[in-house]
Amino acid sequence: MADLIAKTPLDSMEPVTIGTCTVTEANLGTLTSIAPYAGAKIADTFKTAHGMAWPAPNRATGKDGARAIWFGRDMVLLAGPDPDAGLAKHAALTDQSDAWTAVTLGGADAEAVLARLIPLDLSPANFKRGHTARTQIQHMTGSVTRIGADTFLLLVFRSMAGTLLHDLERAMASVAVRG
Amino acid sequence: MRLRCPICGERDRREFYYQGAAVMLDRPAPDAGEAAWDNYLHLRENPAGDLEEVWSHDAGCGAWLKVTRNVSTHEIKSVELAREVKQ
Repeated sequence: MADLIAKTPLDSMEPVTIGTCTVTEANLGTLTSIAPYAGAKIADTFKTAHGMAWPAPNRATGKDGARAIWFGRDMVLLAGPDPDAGLAKHAALTDQSDAWTAVTLGGADAEAVLARLIPLDLSPANFKRGHTARTQIQHMTGSVTRIGADTFLLLVFRSMAGTLLHDLERAMASVAVRG
Repeated sequence: MRLRCPICGERDRREFYYQGAAVMLDRPAPDAGEAAWDNYLHLRENPAGDLEEVWSHDAGCGAWLKVTRNVSTHEIKSVELAREVKQ
């Protein structure tokens, strides 16, 4: 078989800066959804295997390169490392690496930009570093996580990469033009 | 209208999808007879007041919710996880 060249959802685009904010395609590595079986006790196994806590609902743990992001009812997304084989005893593991578009949005006005797209209060008092939410980004279902003081990680389905970029650019321009 | 998802917290109505009356949580036994199944499938109350409903948190955590809503005022009286109601 021919050697195929993997293409990221946004085709390894250059970061886009409008006003104070920059949107950058994020390569999170391997993405695995972990859905614990009913009554399974996975937290300790997970922590031993991956060195980060099993996230509570609406929380994310870990750091750049290895994150565990709460991803819905009874589901966590492991982003970065390959899942430890021992987890398979407690949970259904599904490779989602090619299924999601991931970008970071950073900058002083990042909250104002996202306020135009996401129906949630993302102010630091309410949505701190390590907080995450499954919600809508414009009309797409997605995941938003605060990973820094003014940096957010956004995920939507891979097929919606172009729409996500378009919506972010419009929101960034609309914030920037107001000065 | 806002619903307080027991998992995600208070969220806008746009994140939820209406699934129908909560009758569907009381599925009759397979041999319950024609009347019970007819009722389950087709017959619904139409009150001008509180109604028990099932909603799904589609654009959020994905949980199914049992919601008590006043259909005249849209006041939300309670929101519970359908899974816990069934247990």
